[in-house]
Amino acid sequence: MPDYIAWSPEQAVAVIAAEADKEGALMPILHALARTFGWIPDEAVPLIAGILNLSRADVHGVLTFYHDFRRSPPPRHVVKLCRAEACQARGGDALAAHAERTLGQKIDAHAHSAGGHENVSLEPVYCLGLCASGPNALVDGRPHARLTADRFDALMAETVR
Amino acid sequence: MSLRLYVPGDMCSVALGADEVCGALAIEAAKKSMSIEIVRNGSRGLFPIEPLVEIETAEGRIGYGPVFPEDVPALVAAGLFEGAPHAKRVGKPEELPFFKSQTRLTFARNGITDPQSFDDYVAHGGMKGLNRALELGPAAVVEEVLQSGLRGRGGAGFPTGIKWKTVAETKGEQKYIVCNADEGDSGTFADRMVMEGDPFMLIEGMAIAGVAVGATKGYVYIRSEYPFAVTAMERAIETARERGLLGRNIGGSAFSFDMDVRMGAGAYVCGEETSLLESLEGKRGLVRAKPPLPAHKGLFGRPTVINNVLSLAAIPYILAEGFAAYRDYGMGRSRGTMPIQLAGNIKNGGLYETPFGVTLGDIVNVIGGGAESGRPVRAVQVGGPLGAYFPPSLFDTPFDYEAFAARDGLIGHAGVVVFDDTADMLKQARFAMEFCAVESCGKCTPCRIGSIRGVETIDKIAAGEDREANLVLLEDLCHTMKLGSLCALGGFTPYPVMSALTHFPEDFGGPKARLEAAE
Repeated sequence: MPDYIAWSPEQAVAVIAAEADKEGALMPILHALARTFGWIPDEAVPLIAGILNLSRADVHGVLTFYHDFRRSPPPRHVVKLCRAEACQARGGDALAAHAERTLGQKIDAHAHSAGGHENVSLEPVYCLGLCASGPNALVDGRPHARLTADRFDALMAETVR
Repeated sequence: MSLRLYVPGDMCSVALGADEVCGALAIEAAKKSMSIEIVRNGSRGLFPIEPLVEIETAEGRIGYGPVFPEDVPALVAAGLFEGAPHAKRVGKPEELPFFKSQTRLTFARNGITDPQSFDDYVAHGGMKGLNRALELGPAAVVEEVLQSGLRGRGGAGFPTGIKWKTVAETKGEQKYIVCNADEGDSGTFADRMVMEGDPFMLIEGMAIAGVAVGATKGYVYIRSEYPFAVTAMERAIETARERGLLGRNIGGSAFSFDMDVRMGAGAYVCGEETSLLESLEGKRGLVRAKPPLPAHKGLFGRPTVINNVLSLAAIPYILAEGFAAYRDYGMGRSRGTMPIQLAGNIKNGGLYETPFGVTLGDIVNVIGGGAESGRPVRAVQVGGPLGAYFPPSLFDTPFDYEAFAARDGLIGHAGVVVFDDTADMLKQARFAMEFCAVESCGKCTPCRIGSIRGVETIDKIAAGEDREANLVLLEDLCHTMKLGSLCALGGFTPYPVMSALTHFPEDFGGPKARLEAAE
C-alpha cells in the first residue's frame, strides 16, 4: 500500500497552500490531500474553504460528488475490480462473484465512506482501458489483466494478508 | 554496442507482466554478460501478443509475444537475443496482417518510438505540423482543419474546424484549449494509448489549436483510472517546455502556449464537455445547459476549444500533410481515419485505425477474428455504455456517423465490445440503467430518477410481473430520458436499453426478433 502520513491539520494546510494558486485549485487540492493522507476527513473542509475563500458547502459538495475521494481512513489494501461492459463480456461477473466470496464482502462503491473494511476493500471501477484483456483490476494501484479465479486468488495471497 | 530491446510500458502490457518481463530479461542478459538496453515503447495495439518483446536486428525489429515473465529464461536459451525461431516469434510486427491492413495516420508512431524521447518524435515526423501551422498563420490553420472534414472523435461528431472558427472569431483576453481525456467508455482505450505511446503528438495538436484560435493556455483533463497516462503526459509536457514546443515563443515564433495536466476523480459524467469544464473549475461535475456554447463561454467563462484526445491528435498529421491527405480517406461526411478499438470477447483485440466505411461485420469477424471464446457472436455494443447493441443481422452497417445513426446507434468514441452467445441482453439493458443511476450528475430528473425507475421496471419484466405493461412503460421511460435529459448520459442510455429490447426480445420474455432485412 502507498505510504500515507497520519492526518494532521498543520500538514494539510501546507498541502492546500501549495496548490491554492492554481486555476480551479479545488480538485488539485483534494487530490493532493488524498495522495498525502489517503483520505480527506471532514475536518479538512473548513481548512480548504478558508484558504480558497469558498463556502464549506461548496467544498463539501465537490468532495462528496467524486467517487475517488475517501472520507474515512483508507483500508490497508484496495482492490478495484472493473465492472464495465467489456470486462462483463469476458467473464467479469463470474470473477466479481468469486472475489466477493473470497474476500467475504460485497463490491461496494460506498464502503469506504462508511469506513467498513480495515484490511482490504473491494470496490468497483468502471473501465481501466484494458478492454481487450479483461477481466481487469487495480490492486493497490497496480493494474492486472486477464484475471481468472485462480490468478485472483494468487494475487490476493501475494498482496492482501 | 548494446542490444536494443523494446518492451511496452503501456498500462495494458504492464497489467500483463511487462515490468516483470523486463526484470527477467535483464537477469538473463547479465548471466550471459550481455549489454542490453530496453526501450519502454507504447503498445503497437494488438493485445493478444502483449507483452510483445522486440529485438532490434539487422533485418529490422523481430517480435516475440505474448512473453510472460516465466517464459523469459527458455526464450533466451532458444536465442531470443539473436532473433532465433520459436513458437512465440511473430516476426516483424508491422507485417502481421492485423497491422499491415491498417491506415495509421494518428497511430503511425505508436509502439515504434520511445514515447518520452522528443528526438525520436522529431525523427519520425513530429513537429512538422506545428512548423507548417506557424508558417500558415491562424486563419489558414483553421481553414485547413475545416477542409480536412475532421469531426469530433469524442462521439458527437461535430466538425472540429467549426468549433475552432467560432473560438477564433470570439473576442477574449484569455482563451483556452481543453483536451477531453476523460475516456470513460468501456471498450475504449485509444486516448490512453495516444497519451502513453505518443504524448508529444497530443501536445503538438494542442499547441496548433492554441496558435489557430489565439489561446495561450491549455489543460488536458485525464481520468484518474489512467495513472500511466497522467505520468506520461506530465513528463512529456516537461520535456516539451525544455524543447520549445511549449512556453513562450513556441518553435521560435511570436506565439506562446503552455498546458497542464488535470486529473479527474472517478466521475463518468465528467467526460461530457460542460461537466468537464465545471470539474476543471473546481466544482461538482454538473452538466451545463447549452447555450452558451463552450466556444463562447467555456472554461472560467472564457472562449474555449474543447476537443477529444483523438481529434487533437489528428491535427499534427492534417497540418503536416495538408487537409486533402486526410480528407481523401473515408466515406460520406465521415472523413479521414478512425482508430477503432476492438474489445470484450474478441480474438484479435486491440487498436485498428482505418478509414471510415469498413463494415461492422468485417471489424468483428474478419479483423477481430470473432469471439475469443470460440462461440458465436451474439451482440456488439458500439460506442460505450451509451451505445446501441447491434445483432449480427446488422453487421453490414458501415462505420460512419450517419450510417450508425440511421440504425438507431452511434459510433461514439469507436469502442466495439463483442459479446458471445452467453450474453443475457436483459442483464445488459439493466446494467445500462444501473450505470446511468450511479453516474448521473443529478441535475436533471429524467436521468437521475428515470434511470432508477428503469432498473426497477427491468427487474419487474425479468420477474414476469405485468410484462406487457412494463415493456410499454420502459419504452415510454426511454423516450422521456432521450428527449428530456440535458446531456448524453441520460439522453443516450436509452440506446443500449432499446436496442437490447428491439433486437433481443426473447431475453425479455417475448418471441424472437424476426431477421431484419439488411436495408
